[in-house]
Amino acid sequence: MADRFPSPFDIETPEGAEGWQEMYVYSSLFSEHRRKSEDTTFWFQDGVHWPNVLTPWDATFFEYALASLSQYNTRHLQVPPADGIAFRILNGYGYLSPVPADPAKIEERVANFTDRAGHYFMNWDDLYSNWMVKIRDLIGELEAIKFTALPDIEDADTVVKSGAGVGSGFQIQESYHRIVSLGLKLWNYHFEFLNLGYAAYLDFFMFCKTVFPSIPDQAIAKMVAGVDVDLFRPDDELKRLARKAVDLGVAEAFDAGDVHSTCEILKGSVDGQAWIASFEESAEPWFNFSTGSGFYHRDKIWIENIEVPFEFIRSYIENLKDGKDLNRPIEAIRAERDRVVNEYTELIATDEDRETFQAKLGLARTVFPYVENHNFYVEHWAHSVIWRKMRELGAIMVEQGFWEESDDIFYLKRVEVEEMLWDYYVSWATPEAPAGPGYWPPIIADRRRKCAALAKWKPLPGLGEPPEVITEPFTVMLWGITSDSVNAWLGGGDQVEGELRGMAASPGLVEGLARVILSPEDIGQMQEGEILVAPLTAPSWAPIFGRIQATVTDSGGMMSHAAIVCREYGLPAVTGTGFATAKIQTGQRIRVDGTNGVVTILD
Amino acid sequence: MSKNVVWFDNYTPDHKSEVGGKGASLGEMTGAGLPVPPGFTLTCTAFRTSKEQCQLDADVARLLFELDTDNTDMVTERCLGIRAAFNKMEMAASVEVELRREYQELCRISGTTDIPVAVRSSATCEDSPDASFAGEHDTYLWVRGGDAVVDAVRRCWASLFTDRATCYRVKMGYEHRFVEMSVVVQKMVRPVSAGVAFTLNPINGDRSQVCIDSAWGFGESVVSGEVTPDNYLIDKVLMEIGKRKVSIKEMEFKLSDHDSVERAELDEERAKSPSVTDAQIKAIAKLAKAAEKHYGCPQDIEWAVDADLPEENNIVLLQSRPETVWSKKTSNSTGTSHFSGDFMASIVSTLMNPLHTKK
Repeated sequence: MADRFPSPFDIETPEGAEGWQEMYVYSSLFSEHRRKSEDTTFWFQDGVHWPNVLTPWDATFFEYALASLSQYNTRHLQVPPADGIAFRILNGYGYLSPVPADPAKIEERVANFTDRAGHYFMNWDDLYSNWMVKIRDLIGELEAIKFTALPDIEDADTVVKSGAGVGSGFQIQESYHRIVSLGLKLWNYHFEFLNLGYAAYLDFFMFCKTVFPSIPDQAIAKMVAGVDVDLFRPDDELKRLARKAVDLGVAEAFDAGDVHSTCEILKGSVDGQAWIASFEESAEPWFNFSTGSGFYHRDKIWIENIEVPFEFIRSYIENLKDGKDLNRPIEAIRAERDRVVNEYTELIATDEDRETFQAKLGLARTVFPYVENHNFYVEHWAHSVIWRKMRELGAIMVEQGFWEESDDIFYLKRVEVEEMLWDYYVSWATPEAPAGPGYWPPIIADRRRKCAALAKWKPLPGLGEPPEVITEPFTVMLWGITSDSVNAWLGGGDQVEGELRGMAASPGLVEGLARVILSPEDIGQMQEGEILVAPLTAPSWAPIFGRIQATVTDSGGMMSHAAIVCREYGLPAVTGTGFATAKIQTGQRIRVDGTNGVVTILD
Repeated sequence: MSKNVVWFDNYTPDHKSEVGGKGASLGEMTGAGLPVPPGFTLTCTAFRTSKEQCQLDADVARLLFELDTDNTDMVTERCLGIRAAFNKMEMAASVEVELRREYQELCRISGTTDIPVAVRSSATCEDSPDASFAGEHDTYLWVRGGDAVVDAVRRCWASLFTDRATCYRVKMGYEHRFVEMSVVVQKMVRPVSAGVAFTLNPINGDRSQVCIDSAWGFGESVVSGEVTPDNYLIDKVLMEIGKRKVSIKEMEFKLSDHDSVERAELDEERAKSPSVTDAQIKAIAKLAKAAEKHYGCPQDIEWAVDADLPEENNIVLLQSRPETVWSKKTSNSTGTSHFSGDFMASIVSTLMNPLHTKK
């Protein structure tokens, strides 16, 4: 067994992607200047959030997210053992490396962390309701940003006579600045609470593991999990709309074959119009829901691709016709959660431990709604708005002859968009022909080629020198990276041919036929009773969870969104297997043991 | 209901004085959802009725007249005489008819004829002077057929008059005519597989787990350590099988054609197959959990999968006793001290200490 992964400096560039480095900001690349430390640290590919190649602009959220996470650990909260997470892009894929805190500073950090994090825990409910206000305000600000083409002459009243003193040329640049600055603010907000939420959960988790050393991870998750969770709301809305279609007698419109015909039929009746109104009510905000992780401009968003929610609604209507009850049995779920808590409580030996258990469970349940819900607000809702706004801008530049498709804008780096807008502004002000229409098309074409070449490369799960033991708590919780998984990647441990090991994310044992789904667009191919094998799953895939048997992913930990949703739907799941989509083929018979985190290829 | 027979699953505390210690315990266990092998108790009333009809009390009084308890030869001879009288006594017709009928019922439940049973003396309960001699009374295993059962019952009755019990009663001045004996008739288990289970994880004392060892045939192979059993760990609350290790079990103890237990080699296929199904594992765990709840402390049980009983109910409890190793450890050894007290101190400590989230 190898004791280290290849050096990031020894990784070859895929054919056709030569010079890919120019697509990203220099600080996100491995460099000679930092080679000594970069070569000897451990890097893992973050397939939980970034399983695909990053286009230049899409690297924005990768960088914002990791910088914000790091900033909170290091500068705001002073999490005692953990500084931030270093991040790099290699061959278009995101790699991360947790940075341990300086041991000499631990004492000071403990004092600061106790004070600062303590304040959050003591005032959680107030601060969290304030967060909800902040995040909705921020999304409101994003929504208010409008990109329009620059006018021939500025409006007399609103611009000139109002004494505003600035015009549309300034505004369009300002709007873009606002997008990127609100984007960074969004990610600061995201990490204001998240790691604190995980810390409290982890404390309860470790207590349970001390009292009951063999307790399954899922049992702990089950005791803490919320019953009414915003992340499940989009799916609940689909079910509501399916019922409404049946109640209004307009369900057969969904048999029309395509969205356009369905909409035409619906518009043709009063009841159909009522249904459309009801759909629109649900859509904002709940269908600002990405079919992927929300981190890629390509991920489809329900509200912009209504064939996606319509297809789910159609299949729910079928379920209703078959007499299935779509309701989540809320009362039964609550009762089961109480039973689990009560039985473990009774098994605790001392009154003191029982009290500690109750207190920690209480705190974990206080913080957990944030852990479960933030994902909808940040990665789905806010990101959806940002992608939409960027596309609006991209479309304007198509009109201006800068490039061919509105999505071409995502092949510009964050700072290049600023340069491009400067060109547009100056050429409008002067006026003269902009340079962009000659400058950008070849660059975009070249970058599209590079990204396509990079997409063919299967990223290595790890690079550099792994530490002896993985102890950094958030790495384990979020990414499912443990000493065992690192060993397995290195080809060691007690690996068995035809067997993949990962996190036991949701319990149960099933056998069935695998279907490998590499892109969210393909989830419609899943057949009743199949086992989903994917790089990762998004919460928005929930509607197909009713017809599959189990889930296997390449990446993700106990707290990954996929794991949370699988537990909610009672599906066995093994996450963080590293290579499932590479080793398993569609149609193979596999066994998924979600209780032990083992996937066996039976064919 | 008849006064002569009480089935385990019809037992109520009102029957206690009629069915003796063993009969009461088996009845209680059945009522508590602890599935002991099925059977019934022939009550003290049945004993009394038969004894009165044959006027055995008079024989006993005559044989024990002026017994010298220090003269062992005399004691042996006289007691032998009493037991012989019991052994050839005529059982009351009503009792015998009923005993044979209920035995047939047991055969029917087990889906076979002449089902082998254990016939065990069940002496009167704790407060009775005879309680201290419980172990001396007779037990007959692998008894087959109505005639043999009737005969075994008579022998159990006779075993009231062992030398030691008889001397004890004479010395203490208890009247022999008041001592009574009930007899338990219980199906012998014919195990497909069997083993033991602990209501905690014996490796780390985790009380939320049930640990099962299992092998083919009689549980003796597991208890004696002659085979490496299959091993399972089940979470008591979620009832999920957390760990499973199927071993190569090279032999089993099985029943021979002449009702004795014999050693048999297993073919390779069977040796490496799991000796219990997942459904059985969960049923055993449920059974262990019920035993722990019933007795109020961690238990160490012996169980078997009976070949004769219907699938949904073929897991039987053979024995349950308190677990001794972990139960003796003091409760403050759980290692939770750094978690108590200030919650921030605990969170800091959790973040500072390496995680052990994976086995």
